[in-house]
Amino acid sequence: MLIKKPDEIKSSEITDKTVYLNRRLFMRGAALLGTTAATALLYRKLNQPTSEKPAGEKLANITQAPQDDRLRQGFTVNEKLTPIEDITNYNNFYEFSTNKQSVASASQGFVTKPWTVSVEGLVNKPKTFDLDELLRFPQEERVYRLRCVEGWSMVIPWVGFPLSALLGKVEPGSQAKYVAFQTLFDPQRMPNQTTGVLDWPYVEGLRLDEAMHPLTILATGLYGETLPPPDGAPIRLVVPWKYGFKSIKSIVKISLVAEEPPTTWNIQAPNEYGFYSNVNPDVPHPRWSQAREHRIGESSFSSRPTLLFNGYAEQVANLYTGMDLRKNF
Amino acid sequence: MKDTPFPKLLLFINALVPLVLLLWDVYHKRVGANPLEFVTRTTGMLTLVFLLITLAVTPVRKTFALNRLVKFRRMLGLFAFFYGTLHLLTYIWFDRYFNLKSVPGDVASRPFIAVGMMAFILLVPLAITSTDKMIKRLGGKRWGRLHSLVYLAGIAGVLHFWMLVKSDTRLPLTFGFILALLLAFRALVKYSPPAPKGFSGSVVPPR
Repeated sequence: MLIKKPDEIKSSEITDKTVYLNRRLFMRGAALLGTTAATALLYRKLNQPTSEKPAGEKLANITQAPQDDRLRQGFTVNEKLTPIEDITNYNNFYEFSTNKQSVASASQGFVTKPWTVSVEGLVNKPKTFDLDELLRFPQEERVYRLRCVEGWSMVIPWVGFPLSALLGKVEPGSQAKYVAFQTLFDPQRMPNQTTGVLDWPYVEGLRLDEAMHPLTILATGLYGETLPPPDGAPIRLVVPWKYGFKSIKSIVKISLVAEEPPTTWNIQAPNEYGFYSNVNPDVPHPRWSQAREHRIGESSFSSRPTLLFNGYAEQVANLYTGMDLRKNF
Repeated sequence: MKDTPFPKLLLFINALVPLVLLLWDVYHKRVGANPLEFVTRTTGMLTLVFLLITLAVTPVRKTFALNRLVKFRRMLGLFAFFYGTLHLLTYIWFDRYFNLKSVPGDVASRPFIAVGMMAFILLVPLAITSTDKMIKRLGGKRWGRLHSLVYLAGIAGVLHFWMLVKSDTRLPLTFGFILALLLAFRALVKYSPPAPKGFSGSVVPPR
């Protein structure tokens, strides 16, 4: 049996207590730094809003009528414009991402040249327009409110031209009662189209009189420059008195039809999103109130009342006389 | 530091990292165009993450024989409650600017909020009875029974998330899937050794 003698280990070989404590302190410091750094990186990776700068090109020959006329027609509003960083970094564009703050990065480098829009269906002169032809329509600035069905809003200085000008060129036939729109379907360029979150391609529709209304435009730019990808490059619809999802982005096809065309969000949830989807504070979404809205860029403490037809009642209410807006939501 | 073992301190500081970064980003205006929505979403997500980590302690502990993990469970649960409280506060703030007068009516008209509120209310008694004193006072068995409310809170929390998304349910379904696994583990442990009741398929009946 071996009995250890107390002096077998020389005291000089025993690690000094302070060294031991220092080493422990060092190990703990390293553990603390290492784990917090890992946690921070993980958090950043999962939860970082992007801020991409759009690389737009200047649009030439933008005309503008006198301010008073434009105000009266609803072509502009006396409200503070939403900053371009917010307009281009906070988007619902499910073709790229379902996260509003990831669309800008996911759509970076989206190729929009060449691009054509085919206008067809019940028209006398069907035609496929390329982008240059579309940009030859007289472009004007329109400052519109945009009210998203989710309860937030912006004020956006669009550049574009009335849809009626384009429709005039193809001459809708007498049977044409509705206009159907379609977004590009190309999962190579719109990566989120590989998922089933929506029924692709995105489709929208308007009644012909809504489509011909002077407020309804095809937008080709904002803030005087070409449309950034997250906002629907190179050409999109803007219908300012309807919830944002009606203003379909990156359009490749417009058809004149006789029957009310299917629309994407209505297919997705028919009891939540109607064909008309006019902005209406008195008709709540089944899951939230539509009475108020948060204006992007304003204080988080503030909200404003939502206006009937998004404030364009004077210009568009006559389109819906005699219609039950609750039933036709 | 004597009564706070280092690993617990480590966990505590790590659990606060997301909050520190969130506040930092808010202060530097790096939370995007809709700060309140961002903060609400982030705190809600953190609540669910901590809830799921808390619920993962027992399965991981039993599977890998890591009994010491149980020491962290209370702190993890309290962090779930902490982030849940922050989430509720941002909601009240959020809700107050949308609906100045009718919070109760609003809760009733928006089922996902009612469900979320329920999840939070279920966590309140658990947080209150989380001290050693309370465990003694209630007795281990009763305390355990009370704290099985956390399963219900987890289900309500995930349901709340699932109900509020517009169409992309992938993330809520992922949370739901993980929750289902964690709950299934418990059901298996509880029901399988003596007699596999209510289970079919993989469990081989005794011959």
